[in-house]
Amino acid sequence: MIDFNTLEKGQQIGSTTVLVNRADLVRYAGASGDFNPIHWNERFATEVGLPGVIAHGMFTMGAAVQLVTDWAGNPGAIVDYQTRFTKPVPVADPAGTNPSDFEGTAIEIAGTIGALDAEARTARVDLVVSVEGTKVLVKAQAVVQL
Amino acid sequence: MSINPDLAGRIYPAQEPYAVGREKIREFAAAVKATHRAHYDLDAAAALGHGDLLAPPTFAIIVAQRADALLVNDPDSGIDFSRVVHADQRFTHHRPIVAGDQLVAELHVDTVRAMGGGAMISTRAEIATVAGEKVATTVSSILVRGEDQ
Repeated sequence: MIDFNTLEKGQQIGSTTVLVNRADLVRYAGASGDFNPIHWNERFATEVGLPGVIAHGMFTMGAAVQLVTDWAGNPGAIVDYQTRFTKPVPVADPAGTNPSDFEGTAIEIAGTIGALDAEARTARVDLVVSVEGTKVLVKAQAVVQL
Repeated sequence: MSINPDLAGRIYPAQEPYAVGREKIREFAAAVKATHRAHYDLDAAAALGHGDLLAPPTFAIIVAQRADALLVNDPDSGIDFSRVVHADQRFTHHRPIVAGDQLVAELHVDTVRAMGGGAMISTRAEIATVAGEKVATTVSSILVRGEDQ
């Protein structure tokens, strides 16, 4: 259990890496019902001006919050979660790789406490989510009820 | 076809309830690589005080995007789905979603802003149980790119 009184603004809560490959995108499409072909069809993605198949923004958002869940110990404690999607997450399909085993794109996630509300006993965790040093989510913030 | 400027303020009423199933929670949790046992195991969910499996924090997107589809697929909206980019997303949970919930969503079109040849459209889905208990409010913006963007 986290003791609210020991928390400080600016405190780091940890970091993690999530890997995403094409098989993950197919799985997310099926689970979420978002079958936009930019997330599974290379030809369609390039025809609409993308560098290739990209991850669902909601995959990245959904996977990034795991860091907060691990810290809070309870996914139900996340009472508010928001982000802006600023850069696409390309998911390559290199020749010679097995699409199910290929480790894919590494999404780096780090969290710090951005704000504390002593009255509501909530902590806002600010997430930095990046791929190869480029931020892919901006203003990714999760409010945790403690 | 261009975006209908009169969309702002429009409300699409709730459609058929969405029944939150255990296997869907497990499937969605696996798809976002969520590992907490409360998404998979009844005893782990009970240990956190829930009567059934607990949905991951972004699970409501399933219900919200079904509601968004009412707008996107409305021939009167002028939205070309192939030109839609998801710009931002927010979830405010009034209480956690658990398996067994029967959820309905009322979709509000809050703002429509012209951007070049396209538009930024912000919508809000008010998600509640069929009994009227407030469960979540989701807000999202989609950018509909113009023909030259």
